Amino acid sequence: MTKIVVLVKEVPDAAVNKQLDASTGRLVRSGERTLNPFDTHAIEAALQLKEGGELSVDEVVAVTIAPAGAEKTLNKAVALGADRSILLSDEGLAGSDVVATAYALAELVKRESPDLVLLGQQSDDGQSYAVGAAVAEYLGWPGLTQVVGLKVEGDKLRAERQAEYGYDTVEVTLPAVLSVGDAINEPRYPSLKAIMGAKKKPQEKLTLADAGIDASKVGADGSQAVWQSAEEPPAKAAGAIIEEDDVAAAVEQIVAWLDERKLV
Amino acid sequence: MSNILVYALHFEGAINKNSLGAISAAAKLAGDLGGEAHVVLVGDDISDDTAASVGAYGATKAYRVNAAAGTAQPVVDALDQIASGGDYGYALFGGGLLGFEAGAGLAARRGGGIAVEVTGLTVDGGKLVAERPVLGDSQISKIGFKGFGVVVGRLNAFEATEGGSPAPVEDVTVELSKAAGQINVVTRGEQRGADVNIEDAQVLITGGRGLGKPESFSLAEDLAGAFGGNAAVAATRAAVDAGWFPYAGQIGQTGKTVAPKLYVGLGVSGAIQHKVGMQSAEAIVAINKDANAPIFDFADLGVVGDLHAITPALTEAIKAKKG
Amino acid sequence: MSAAAQNGAVAPSQFPPPVDVVGEFVAAPVADEDERIEVGVAIVGGGPGGLAAANRLLQLLADDPELTEQLGEVPVAIIEKGKVCGAHNLSGSVMKPGPLKELFPDFDPTSNPAVYTEVEDDAAVWMRSDKGSTTLRPTPPNFANKGNWVISISQLCRWMAEQAEDAGAYVLTETAAQKLLVDGEQVVGIVTGDKGRGKEGQELGTFEPGMEVHARATVLAEGNWGHLTGAAVKRFDLAAGKQPPTWEIGAKEVWKVTKPFKKVVHTFGWPTRPRKKHQEAGGGWIYPMGDDQVSIGYVVPLHTPDATVSVHDLLQTFKSHPYVKAVLEGGERVAWGAKAIQAGGLLSQPKLSVPGAVIVGEGGGMVDMARLKGVHLAIAAGKIAGERIYEQLKAGSNDFSSYEQAIADSTVGKTLREVQSNRGLIDSHSLPVGAALSGLDFVTKGKLPPGKPTLHPDKEQPVAVPDKPLKDIYPQPDGKYYFDKLSSVFITGNATRDDAPNHIRIEKRVPRQVAEAWKWMCPAGVYEIEDDQPAEGFVDVTVNYTNCVQCGAITARGGRLTPPEGGDGPAYQVV
Repeated sequence: MTKIVVLVKEVPDAAVNKQLDASTGRLVRSGERTLNPFDTHAIEAALQLKEGGELSVDEVVAVTIAPAGAEKTLNKAVALGADRSILLSDEGLAGSDVVATAYALAELVKRESPDLVLLGQQSDDGQSYAVGAAVAEYLGWPGLTQVVGLKVEGDKLRAERQAEYGYDTVEVTLPAVLSVGDAINEPRYPSLKAIMGAKKKPQEKLTLADAGIDASKVGADGSQAVWQSAEEPPAKAAGAIIEEDDVAAAVEQIVAWLDERKLV
Repeated sequence: MSNILVYALHFEGAINKNSLGAISAAAKLAGDLGGEAHVVLVGDDISDDTAASVGAYGATKAYRVNAAAGTAQPVVDALDQIASGGDYGYALFGGGLLGFEAGAGLAARRGGGIAVEVTGLTVDGGKLVAERPVLGDSQISKIGFKGFGVVVGRLNAFEATEGGSPAPVEDVTVELSKAAGQINVVTRGEQRGADVNIEDAQVLITGGRGLGKPESFSLAEDLAGAFGGNAAVAATRAAVDAGWFPYAGQIGQTGKTVAPKLYVGLGVSGAIQHKVGMQSAEAIVAINKDANAPIFDFADLGVVGDLHAITPALTEAIKAKKG
Repeated sequence: MSAAAQNGAVAPSQFPPPVDVVGEFVAAPVADEDERIEVGVAIVGGGPGGLAAANRLLQLLADDPELTEQLGEVPVAIIEKGKVCGAHNLSGSVMKPGPLKELFPDFDPTSNPAVYTEVEDDAAVWMRSDKGSTTLRPTPPNFANKGNWVISISQLCRWMAEQAEDAGAYVLTETAAQKLLVDGEQVVGIVTGDKGRGKEGQELGTFEPGMEVHARATVLAEGNWGHLTGAAVKRFDLAAGKQPPTWEIGAKEVWKVTKPFKKVVHTFGWPTRPRKKHQEAGGGWIYPMGDDQVSIGYVVPLHTPDATVSVHDLLQTFKSHPYVKAVLEGGERVAWGAKAIQAGGLLSQPKLSVPGAVIVGEGGGMVDMARLKGVHLAIAAGKIAGERIYEQLKAGSNDFSSYEQAIADSTVGKTLREVQSNRGLIDSHSLPVGAALSGLDFVTKGKLPPGKPTLHPDKEQPVAVPDKPLKDIYPQPDGKYYFDKLSSVFITGNATRDDAPNHIRIEKRVPRQVAEAWKWMCPAGVYEIEDDQPAEGFVDVTVNYTNCVQCGAITARGGRLTPPEGGDGPAYQVV
């Protein structure tokens, strides 16, 4: 029997927060939080594996690390098809960088002993594309990112992923950590029944101590990458304008401009 | 801890452009730190010439590891082993998929920190500081490292600069981890479909409503063809809605986000829903007959004129320039 | 009747939208038990009215375990098409606090994020021209607001939804109520909207059909254009003997400001024109939202004969007045929104109940158009609905007609009776005369002048682009102080998927005059006329429906808005 853990993240609603509120420099993070859209593809991938039947999946568990209040987002993951969920919430996690976060996630995964970990390859608040790979390393499992196709072949998974030089086909022996891209599938809409039923599915809430996580390895103090400052990018120089009636002259100027910048 | 290790991604005998950029950047920074940049190549078909060529970009040594290329695990194993055997404070990756995977794995393996999508690197107080844009490029964050630091650059962030002699090549035997044995690349680098994915294109010619009719997209195709290689055609939502171009080529808030070296907008108004999908392009050129089009507010080069006359002439001029 | 009359003006009503409201939006139940959802009370609309009804019901159920059990697993369900409750709500808004405090006796305005300012000072300003203004002293009584609260309705809805959820309600957001479920002559619930249809309405791979939600009581609290309310009105002939409803449309911006602004200001006059023939009698507002923000807005009727009347652009024009500039100088826009408002009041109020359902709030005409307040009436009506429904469910009945009398006997009914002629008086005269008469009407609580005005459907007003169109005064957008429609839609957080089906029903081939009226009217730039369309005669209207912020104006003016896929549309935060 195979157990799949899906790692999910709560992110600010992208449509709301990508507002051009440029002059203050810091975008105000008010507004709704939602399930990272890339993670919905991971849940859908888990469901398709379960429904496919070749991998006898008995449980899909949604796991997240979040500040308090993420229960609703976790319920969304359950409504999309997870059987139960786990929320790790602890002040000691505040300020964790990607590696520290991956360490904590890996500890949660170890508690569950799944055969496969799926997650979306990036989060909407664009922090990194690195969590999956770091989690794999902590678990000592193979990991792949940018997975856009997944098939079961005997006791292995055959994954298609898009890399620099084109599509790679890679065979992976479980257990493994796969980060999926949004091209892998179209997540189904949860039915009203599933949405209403999500509240009743088991949701475990853990602190660092409950999960046996070493507090010194997480949080701002436990993080090795340190945010120092943020500033506005250097103001872009005003653009040049060409307003020539003579087409040949205009084209000459355009080519010269491109040439100057080694764009042609 | 003043040496920097750089991973050189390669395929079919050629080293990836972004890795070459990373080598050049590392060479300069290592110099500032009082150390050197050394390169690691992992693969089973790396020639002596290829390995030594990293010297031309500033590296003073090339480590060659014989293991299957295409996945991150052997790279992590290799970099970790080599880093443990020398005075290395940082590892630098040129970006792209394996950069993220191997970089993240390496940071976890060595208990270090990682900064990704980095667009700039400086040395401050004897330590490396990484800059990365966040929140839709509206801010730049500065990130430092307490210990071992892994930096994964944003695509096209580092320029490759030539000038140096071939580097000495050292073959290293690396003990591969269990995880490396669980993964097997069946095929690598398969091209699919004729069209370049717009997200990967270096040059994007984008057509908007101002093209007037679907047939005019041929102007964009021709111009993209003139740039050759990694150039593609994309469209605004208005053009896609009108049925002039497939949705796969749509840039914008509800389409794809792109960051090419060069974006050329033909008849694109530059409404904000489109802008957020392409504002990170390095150079933005706009051709539009309406001098009040919003795109002129943020284009690097704005051309007010008739795109139907200018574009074909531009296409010819570019073809001529490229010879 | 010829298509063009009086100076070439054409009425949109001559080109009705392709929709069969009763045929499409009223259905008999067909689903099996395991394919449907049973709830106790279904509340359609997570606005102030619906949320008040939900909260009141749950307050009463908290002390009644027997009835709670009878109502099943889901005693109260709120069905809201926006991403969250409040995402589609917009209002001025200066609210009378009474009904909210009655519903939540522990409500503390000083600590609630929805309340920005307790009003200390107010003013009514007549804008005489693009530069001149005269403050009316004393402030006319209908604009006296001392003691009222400046709130954000979208924030208030979020808070009220949290209270309802804590009390046990199931808040089903991103869920459209597409059809009314009617069994015989009884409303037995609703059918939710489908998800995952493509541009042509085809089922996509992710298709999830809507579901029947059966309820012992249904509260229709849909707000200004009321999709199911409209279907119920037609199906059960609830508007018999009533005047037709009319609407106005408002655009709003929230600004961060450098100097605190302390007054609740209402303006009338410029930039709209005062003569009766213009039918433009509207006005603006400036409300403080705390010390560092203000909201500004402009409202204009939807029956203006000048096709170029655009409330979004009128708001931009309003900002060019020195009075407004003085407030906004050095500030920054942080939000934008637009919404229609039902202005017919009691004169066009439909019958408020049918077996199995009641109508609460703006959908039932419950807006005080003299004071421009509807939020407190919606809350009061919602509370009453909760109480009457509770009572009847306890008695095992679905006859909620007692709700109608309860409303009539309450301050809601009293207020609506007193101001029922007020708005109509303004529309029936030039602005100075109308204002004077409505003033008289207000102070005599509706007794003078005698008689009631006649309301006309907005869509029957012929429209044309006149020789001196209002658009000539609109400022050019500069992206810093004056904004265009598209960038405004962007900051509402509207990111509807591009292959969604079109949710707007209109006749797409219409005389240019009608197309122009729709194009200018729509604050989100949904209706466009391509350059290649003829200058006169019939044109094809391009409908950019993914821009739609669901304000409801098109329903007033000859089309029919239907709910798009749940979750689509704006995500208003502070408007």
